[in-house]
Amino acid sequence: MGLFNNNIKSKGSLFARNGLIITALLLFAAATIFPIYFMIISSFGDPVEAGAMSYSLIPAKISFESYKFFFNFSAHSWDWLKNSFIVAACITVSNVFFATLAGYAFAKMKFRGKGILFAILLGSMMIPTQVTQVPLYILIVNIFELQNTYTALIMPSIVTVYNIFLVKQFMSSIPVEIIEAAKIEGCSQPKIFWYIIMPLSKTVMAVLAILTFMAAWNDFFWPFLVTNTMDMQTIQVGLKNFRFANTTYFAPMMAGATISAVPMFILFFSLQKYFLEGVAVGAVKG
Amino acid sequence: MNQLLTKRKKLKLESDSGWGYAFIAVALIAFSLFTAYPVINAFIISLQKYRPLGSTYVGLENFVNSFSDELFWKALKNTLVYTLLTVPFNILLSFLVAILIMPFKKKTQTIFKAVYYLPAVASGVSLAVVWLWIFDPLKSGIANQAVGLFGISNQNWLGSSATAMFSLVLMSWLSSHGTAIIIYLAALLSIDNSYYEAADIDGATFLQKLRYIVIPFLKPTTLFLLVTGVIGSFQVFQNAYLMTGGGPDHATTMVGLLIFNNAFTYFEFGEAAAQSLLLAAVIALISFFQFKILGKDIEY
Repeated sequence: MGLFNNNIKSKGSLFARNGLIITALLLFAAATIFPIYFMIISSFGDPVEAGAMSYSLIPAKISFESYKFFFNFSAHSWDWLKNSFIVAACITVSNVFFATLAGYAFAKMKFRGKGILFAILLGSMMIPTQVTQVPLYILIVNIFELQNTYTALIMPSIVTVYNIFLVKQFMSSIPVEIIEAAKIEGCSQPKIFWYIIMPLSKTVMAVLAILTFMAAWNDFFWPFLVTNTMDMQTIQVGLKNFRFANTTYFAPMMAGATISAVPMFILFFSLQKYFLEGVAVGAVKG
Repeated sequence: MNQLLTKRKKLKLESDSGWGYAFIAVALIAFSLFTAYPVINAFIISLQKYRPLGSTYVGLENFVNSFSDELFWKALKNTLVYTLLTVPFNILLSFLVAILIMPFKKKTQTIFKAVYYLPAVASGVSLAVVWLWIFDPLKSGIANQAVGLFGISNQNWLGSSATAMFSLVLMSWLSSHGTAIIIYLAALLSIDNSYYEAADIDGATFLQKLRYIVIPFLKPTTLFLLVTGVIGSFQVFQNAYLMTGGGPDHATTMVGLLIFNNAFTYFEFGEAAAQSLLLAAVIALISFFQFKILGKDIEY
């Protein structure tokens, strides 16, 4: 039966009800998607100044001039994409490995201080980013003098607490008996992790990889702070340059925005299940 | 034999210790260096007039300055207004959408989930760029064309203090509900069918099921979304920075942006650190009251 009564006597009123709901959902979906649709459509416009720009909601013609304009705008347009890939890939790999290790330890191993350490980690998730941003900047830029390096872009995100928490939540459901049986057989912890835990945790690792890659790819603030030359910027920071240098060229801006979003859209549509699963993990189970 | 086994097992379990620490080592080092150390340093910097070579201790001056700074209060008020306009509305909207998705088949549900989640996949910068164009002050701007249909004259959406805040709020309404919808839907699907069956036997209407089953069941989820939503909203920075820069006349200066400007535009690190700690205190206080008031009768 469920929340909705699907045993409505006449078929007509069932159709009417579902039709009404679908219409409302579709309208809201249209409003949600509109900015993205608009971004893609306008990116195919000609790279003319805003005043002369004539746009329509249905593209009259498709031109790639604005994309050319975007890539010719700066000698480093390709570097931005390359940097984003390098940074996001490194952060993803290190998070998947180290967060899975730590999550496993917190979920299934026994060692002194585990409870307190985990509580401290959890508690730190409540601290606003503004608190750490100034000292972290001073640490990386003034003390380590790492400004404008990949190290500065990658290191602070090498493994995040949220990911550890996600893994721990997931691993709580792996039965302890498997691990104990392996131990009795004389299997060492690294072996247990590698041969038993990792194969059982493929789902959570996939979720982790996707969410981490997305966050790293879309991050604007930190790369913006620690880079100061065009060749070290990521695509998100590059986009910002572009906007402030050329506030009046909308179509190339849209081309840039589309370029920065398309890799994520492709990833999303091919791995949708993991994306949507990942969002709810940790939030619902509590 | 049995005794020997337990003894062996116990030995093995104890030897977790070394490996346990090894497994969390990298995470712990990263956490100490990039979270714990900065937090402690934030307290130290907040008591200083920070200079890269030789800071001077100034006591609580940075805090006192913040309290007497009109802009700090204005930023706090702006942030509060933004939070009150966006968070409850977004939660309500997500709840309604999640409920409306429920009667359909799994496949239809997934399609809608994907569509609603899509804006969350695009980067904040690219969305900001699009919305900048939607709010273009020229007559050709989409927002202006839309209100033009209702006979409202051209607006300078982001450039006038009357509409700038509303523009940011509107953007939030239309682009930040994807996550909440998916979380609500997961919670809705976890409600056992027997509750509805029992209600049906008692002849409950749809609204009664909503009132007596769904809403109480979703209360922990709502609290979670509310607390995380408020925490997120109080730290909002990116849209204000990219879309309005805090203007016009500081109408959209949020606390997050104010702290950023103090630190990285004026290089007043001490003041920025003090304000970030005040922000943390405000967030902690609000979260505490949310749990206190709404979390009373929740069983976890």
